[in-house]
Amino acid sequence: MKLTRRGFFKITGAAGAAATVSRAYAAKASPAPEDPFGCLVDLTRCIGCRKCEDACNRVNDLPPPARSFEDPTVLNRPRRPDEKAFTVVNRYFPGQRDASNQLVPTFVKIQCMHCQEPACASACIVGALTKKENGAVHYDVTRCIGCRYCMVACPFEIPAYEYHDPITPRVMKCTFCFERISEAGGLPGCAEICPTEAITFGRRKTLLAVAKKRIQDNPARYLQEIYGEKEVGGTSWMYITAVPFEKLGFIDVPDKPTPRLAETIQHSLFAYLWSPIVLYGLLGGIMWASRGNRPHPEDEEGDRR
Amino acid sequence: MTHHPYPLKTRFWTPGVVVLAVLMAAGALAMAARFIGGIGYVSNLSTARPWGLWIGVDVASGVALAAGGFTTAFLAHIVGRHYYEPVVRPALLTAVLGYTFVVIGLLVDIGRSWAIWKPMVFWNFNSVLFEVAMCVMFYLNVLYIEFLPVVAEQYKGRVNLPGPLAALNGLVESVLSLADRVLDKIMWVFIIAGVVLSCMHQSSLGSLMLVAPTKVHPLWYTPILPLLFLTSAIAVGYPMVVFETTLATSSLKRDGEMRVLAPLTRITIYLLGLYMALKIGDMVVRGTYVHLLEGTAQTNAFLVEMVLGVIVPWLMLLSERVRRSRRALFAACAMIVGGVLLNRVNVFVVAYTPPVSEASYFPAVGEILITVGLIATLMFIYRFLVTHLPVLSAPAREVSA
Ligand code: SF4
Ligand code: SF4
Ligand code: SF4
Repeated sequence: MKLTRRGFFKITGAAGAAATVSRAYAAKASPAPEDPFGCLVDLTRCIGCRKCEDACNRVNDLPPPARSFEDPTVLNRPRRPDEKAFTVVNRYFPGQRDASNQLVPTFVKIQCMHCQEPACASACIVGALTKKENGAVHYDVTRCIGCRYCMVACPFEIPAYEYHDPITPRVMKCTFCFERISEAGGLPGCAEICPTEAITFGRRKTLLAVAKKRIQDNPARYLQEIYGEKEVGGTSWMYITAVPFEKLGFIDVPDKPTPRLAETIQHSLFAYLWSPIVLYGLLGGIMWASRGNRPHPEDEEGDRR
Repeated sequence: MTHHPYPLKTRFWTPGVVVLAVLMAAGALAMAARFIGGIGYVSNLSTARPWGLWIGVDVASGVALAAGGFTTAFLAHIVGRHYYEPVVRPALLTAVLGYTFVVIGLLVDIGRSWAIWKPMVFWNFNSVLFEVAMCVMFYLNVLYIEFLPVVAEQYKGRVNLPGPLAALNGLVESVLSLADRVLDKIMWVFIIAGVVLSCMHQSSLGSLMLVAPTKVHPLWYTPILPLLFLTSAIAVGYPMVVFETTLATSSLKRDGEMRVLAPLTRITIYLLGLYMALKIGDMVVRGTYVHLLEGTAQTNAFLVEMVLGVIVPWLMLLSERVRRSRRALFAACAMIVGGVLLNRVNVFVVAYTPPVSEASYFPAVGEILITVGLIATLMFIYRFLVTHLPVLSAPAREVSA
């Protein structure tokens, strides 16, 4: 175990260079596309017909559901999207009553939010999940290793997994009908079929304007809030509502993109590998300085204990 | 130090080893089930709970408890305290085996085991997991290189493989003698690299959960998680060495090596003290102590982790009497080891509370069997290797007495 003087200086030289470079390192810009597509869901228009679920099932070649899409009793229990259903519609009774004193339901369609700065994409070890220019958060199964870190990261608990496939399981989530919307005039299956135009497809900026106009034109009908405008840095799917979002199963998430902290720490520590190089040089220095043998503390004169 | 490491050549099939073999067989069955029916067939993992026992124990705890490898290498080879040499090889062997089993654990846990090489080709620098994976891969290679001289020492000049493998004798022989000649001169490159890589991935392991601020209980979610993981890994290094050396020497009827172990734990007072100060300071600064007495599963797990895993053993180590007694020292070190293990399980499993689904998670029998089987295999191979390779240097107890 010998450290030559030359080897030692080579290391410390590299460490110095790395420290200089790291100071010049600037934080990476936001990965969010400028003007992606999005969907605006107007919860006041949704009638809970589940045609969107049906369309999604057909467009994505998903297995037939256990109970038919016409069966309204499915709505009696809240559901989550899973590996066989990329979107589900849930029914809530937030407390309002109509003229005949019946509780008024609100229906909420949920699916992947296609976040502007997706936590899943930041987390994915191999970059199998990416935010595309058109707004879709796209999954490339040929890269995926099945680590499920994307599922840990997603604040909306969206990605599901084919846990019962032993060899080639996939991460399953709403695709935003990536292929369809990549073509001119293409719509996601759900937005195309919705009979009440509860789902509006378009450029995210346009949709935000539409949402604000609807709220402004009809302040009695809507709350002054757009879920997805700022949540986790903005999402491509956005919602407007008559009932507070908390009562409709929407979760409270921070406005800051959730992967920011991890990315900032990661990038400031490892930019140009400056910290490992500095550490390497430092340890090399210590090793060089303390070569030679030292006696056992109990054999030393004037025992230090 | 007058004695040198030597192969023990003791009887191998003791009753304890038979128990290990049974556990291994059970684990192998569960593992077969995993590769036939899928992860869902043997585990309780779900959409809300994508990571469970395997990541918490097989991977996170495995990596933390293998920290004896780089911390002893630092002490003996970098700071030049060569009198610690007797514990370097056992710690190195534990690290080699530990990391090997981390990778095997990962092969079981990731859905597409055959794709485990893909991170080498597809890089995502934003992903903390990518950094961890790269470091673990490089470090595993460094560990094998560091261990090669031990093999060379035993078999150089007398390679004699059985049966058809005999054709390889010449090749293996030349590799070993080359390793013996060259490695000694350049080993410092790998020793420093090992310490650097360890610091990198030990801390990044703590960064893994930073991506999920809304899901991790505030008692654990802190921006200094990477620092906490690094300091706790460094602090658990020497207690782990004491723990395993004491286990190995008493089960193999060797001398207790107290002359080396006692001063090691004096260093631990500072290292564990630093970790404790960071952990308590963080709690005070962020004001999370308000959660301490809520009495939920999470807060209780936190209290156990801190009190039994950090504070009590730290107080014990302060006492000279404890450090001089083989038994008490073992108890204190076992508590520290248990505390770090619990911390990893807490961060990855207990603290993880997905906001939408109140999915509670408890590992399925299949998950437990696989984990237990892996640990049993690790102990089995450790025992096999120390009887055939020069790893332990403690003399047999009859001789020293
Ligand atoms: S909702 Fe989840 S899965 Fe969808 S883009 Fe956002 S982080 Fe990714
Ligand atoms: S499971 Fe697949 S998509 Fe998800 S993080 Fe791992 S590699 Fe990426
Ligand atoms: S198709 Fe439209 S109206 Fe029908 S459930 Fe879906 S979003 Fe609501």
